[in-house]
Amino acid sequence: MEEPRQTLLLNQLWELQSANGFINDADIKRLASGFNLSDVEVEGVVSFYHFFHRKPTGKYSIYLNNSIVADLKGFHRIKETFERETGATFGSVDRTGTFGLFLTPCIGLSDQEPSALINFYPFTNLNAIKVKDIVTQLKKGVAPETICDIPADNIRYTPPGNKSVFFKPFEAGSAIERAGKLGPEKVLEELKKAELAGRGGAYYPTWKKWDAARLQPAVPKYVVCNADEGEPGTFKDRVLINTQARSLVEGMMICGYTVGAEQGIIYLRGEYRWLQHKLDEAIREYREVGLLGRECAGLKGFRFDIRVQIGAGSYVCGEETALLESLEGKRGEPRTKWFFPVEKGYLQQPTVINNVETFCAAARIIETGTDAYMQLGIPGSPGIKLLSVSGDCKLPGIYEIEWGMTVAELLELCGAEDPYYIQVSGPSGECISIREKYRRISMLDLLARKDIRCGGSFMIFSKQRDLVKVLLNFSEFFKSESCGICTPCRAGNFIIQRKLERLSLGLANEKDLQELKSWGTIMKNTSRCGLGKTATNSLIYAMDKFHDYFTGKLDKEFNGLNQRFDMEGAVKDYEKYKI
Amino acid sequence: MAKMVTVTIDGKNIEAEEGKNLMQVARQNGIFIPSLCYYEHIEPPLGTCRVCTCKINGKFGPACTEKISEGLTVEVNSPELLDTRKAVVEMMFAEGNHICPACEKSGMCDLQHMGYELGVSSTRFQHLFKDRVIDFNPTRMVMEHNRCIKCLRCVVDVKTSEGKKVFNYQNRGNETFVGIDYEQEAKLTEAEAVNAMKICPTGAIILRGVSMAEPFGERKFDRESVQHNYNVKKKPVSRPALMSKKIVATVSLAGCFGCHMSLLDVDEELLDLVELVSFDKSPLTDFKNFTNRCHIGLIEGGVCNSENVETLRKFREHCDILVSLGECSIWGGLPTMRNSIPLSECLEEAYLNSATSEPGANIIPYHEDLPKILDRVYACNEIVKIDYYIPGCPPDANHIWKAVKNILWGEEYSILYSEFKYD
Ligand SMILES: Cc1cc2nc3c(=O)[nH]c(=O)nc-3n(C[C@H](O)[C@H](O)[C@H](O)COP(=O)(O)O)c2cc1C
Ligand code: SF4
Ligand code: SF4
Ligand code: SF4
Ligand code: FES
Repeated sequence: MEEPRQTLLLNQLWELQSANGFINDADIKRLASGFNLSDVEVEGVVSFYHFFHRKPTGKYSIYLNNSIVADLKGFHRIKETFERETGATFGSVDRTGTFGLFLTPCIGLSDQEPSALINFYPFTNLNAIKVKDIVTQLKKGVAPETICDIPADNIRYTPPGNKSVFFKPFEAGSAIERAGKLGPEKVLEELKKAELAGRGGAYYPTWKKWDAARLQPAVPKYVVCNADEGEPGTFKDRVLINTQARSLVEGMMICGYTVGAEQGIIYLRGEYRWLQHKLDEAIREYREVGLLGRECAGLKGFRFDIRVQIGAGSYVCGEETALLESLEGKRGEPRTKWFFPVEKGYLQQPTVINNVETFCAAARIIETGTDAYMQLGIPGSPGIKLLSVSGDCKLPGIYEIEWGMTVAELLELCGAEDPYYIQVSGPSGECISIREKYRRISMLDLLARKDIRCGGSFMIFSKQRDLVKVLLNFSEFFKSESCGICTPCRAGNFIIQRKLERLSLGLANEKDLQELKSWGTIMKNTSRCGLGKTATNSLIYAMDKFHDYFTGKLDKEFNGLNQRFDMEGAVKDYEKYKI
Repeated sequence: MAKMVTVTIDGKNIEAEEGKNLMQVARQNGIFIPSLCYYEHIEPPLGTCRVCTCKINGKFGPACTEKISEGLTVEVNSPELLDTRKAVVEMMFAEGNHICPACEKSGMCDLQHMGYELGVSSTRFQHLFKDRVIDFNPTRMVMEHNRCIKCLRCVVDVKTSEGKKVFNYQNRGNETFVGIDYEQEAKLTEAEAVNAMKICPTGAIILRGVSMAEPFGERKFDRESVQHNYNVKKKPVSRPALMSKKIVATVSLAGCFGCHMSLLDVDEELLDLVELVSFDKSPLTDFKNFTNRCHIGLIEGGVCNSENVETLRKFREHCDILVSLGECSIWGGLPTMRNSIPLSECLEEAYLNSATSEPGANIIPYHEDLPKILDRVYACNEIVKIDYYIPGCPPDANHIWKAVKNILWGEEYSILYSEFKYD
């Protein structure tokens, strides 16, 4: 089936955005009539994505990361320096139209913060001197791509004794060849035996998803790789794409072979445009040696190809159904649960969506068989997991751990001094206190809350960090990344943020804490997708685990009068009329 | 022929066709599940408002996006679910700028009506007062962005004969609003345009010249609840034998005295009342200062200037219980229309540029002795702790006194649907 034209909309918008720095009225009209849409529909798509602009963004558009990890590493200093050096303020373009400054949530470089993207090329480990130097060069007309950094992979740990699963050399074609010998049923069996479960964070058994898609009668089917990696503090997919693009491609091929799909699509987040060439090269290489295309990998009747789609700055597009909408060239609004993607996904056809790490792991399991893999990890949770470690530690980077490692061991490995508060699986995950450091990291016991199931991000905060500030950063993130389609998340995140601000100003009382918890629970129970459902997770956990800290933040004088209602602030505007 | 299966809703077994929409099945079986975005002929269902949240097989989820399957167990009316759904509706009021007494849709608005049905008297959330515009550009329509609840109905359902969308979301998160395509809007037939206004569950889509066709007071939701089992039976009122006389104080802050007028609107019952209560500081007595400690203080109006703040604080100090009376006191009400406009613009409009200002006027009053205008209108509970809220604009007189008697003497009461009104 020909993919309908609207799927090209995002690409065309990218072309215009890159060429002119913005998308003008005439572009909107032209695209609308070209795609047979109304203007307001195209405008709706443009305004959804953070990286598309309707006003000029300058010759150099600079996106500075404002995630909490960047904040720990001196974000404010860098922000000031950029403003001083370029003469622009954040959110706008300088008078000469040269520099456009914008803030953006985590760009997947938490191991080398502060960092920024300039015309979508990465600049890492920024300090004031470096920023000054960059701006000077840009002013001279030096192209950003010639002076950008090549972000290090920072692979800090793999299981000792050469037992790395992800990072050992990979021979193109080895895994798909074995898959062809096994046949689809056996492939599923091996994945089941290895207990491979979705590494995007939901841990849905991969074999089940593939099997459901395989049993769908409708064709064509699609295989989609979720490389949106938007969860702040996560960067494992970045490193996999940079070092293991081939095993990713092959994982998708195995999936295509198993479920009977012919087309694979990798949805790469806009922040990782600088990595696209890695995927393109791998795909080209595979095509050239006949591993992709017709009769690919020498398997009779198996035809498979892969293309890359670039996202445009939206965290929620990592949610699988929002991702599908985005792939179709629409606003990235999550769908309802009326259909599952394996029934009606991309273009209403059966679709498998998996995370980068899931595909890479599948390729490795099939490549070597389950025996070696099952030796790793612990019973019930075999194998390994990639963690992106960042924050207050000496060795931020990628840790390929065996399931079953304790938090304490990991903290030791990464050189965390004085860890106090740890955010596991990103803002939408769970926060743990140092008191829980003997908990294991595994896929087990989620309900019993014994082990911790980590999605990939592991952010460490030491004692001197202000917990409310951290939570406010998260809340701001969810507020601006909510797609806005359902009430509890659209309004709730805003309401929660206001309340947290009160708390940080010392205006809250005991009732406010109870309300935060109860409102957070309401959002959890009523939101449409995972974003709204998990947005208040950390907050709710933190209020339990750091109870004393929170009560210490309250307005102790509360006696019926909101003492700190700020009369001076409230009449400030009016005081201007004093004669 | 589709398969028939059995599902259980609040303990009741129901036969239904497999794959059907749970919301539809519940309705057909006389079970009321609140909803706002659900619109029977739109498929797949929209699932945006989340007002229909139930517990489905033990998990929270919206009824309108659930397919009937064998053994489905649905819980609709637990206390937790009732409160959760109410909270979602309250969020809509906190998020939008809904000033019902000034709204064309009042009385036939699904949102307002859902407020009544779920017993929303004040929102637990602070109003956000987001600055939104009213789009007067389309030829026939007015888009009142303050009132849109982003239900998606218009986006999905309103199309031109060429199949092009007239409405679409713009931006995202809390910035989301429904953009209207002027060019496409002009292509709609009159009937299609009227339909757009009708399917909008709020007063966001208004058609010029048509929106006020039905008189207030005779509109769809003006008289009756849709929940026929709703408790409208008037219970006999039991008055405790000994009712000691209580002292009441009242005040009108940034209000219009409408609530005070309503307070007196109990006809001959007023004579009963003076037996039971005496008034201390109040416009009714014209006492300027408190002479006694009061049992209850009734506050009309929100807080718009420094004097209001001081008065309200005095009330908190001198009264055991404070009651916010009416919308302005509860969340700011009509005066909050200025909250999304900078103070300077408001003052200039009032004193310099308005049609009634003196020609050549160039002074915005400021004097030591004058109260200072606050940057925005505040709800009373932003300044002091408020114990109870009596909604309405103004609240019905009977409603006020029933509530007050209940607070002071624990007297039981029930309120008629027609008394429980915001506007
Ligand atoms: C708000 C939100 C953001 C998400 N972002 C990502 C992401 O960036 N990458 C990802 O792989 N999965 C993400 N997910 C999870 C996906 O919805 C989905 O579960 C996953 O792609 C399935 O692949 P897996 O089974 O291999 O994990 C996100 C989910 C939500 C609710
Ligand atoms: S929970 Fe948030 S992100 Fe998800 S659908 Fe609702 S508004 Fe959109
Ligand atoms: S009538 Fe409806 S739309 Fe109008 S202000 Fe009231 S709640 Fe909002
Ligand atoms: S304008 Fe009306 S119909 Fe459209 S989304 Fe808003 S509330 Fe719904
Ligand atoms: S009626 Fe179900 S979500 Fe709106």
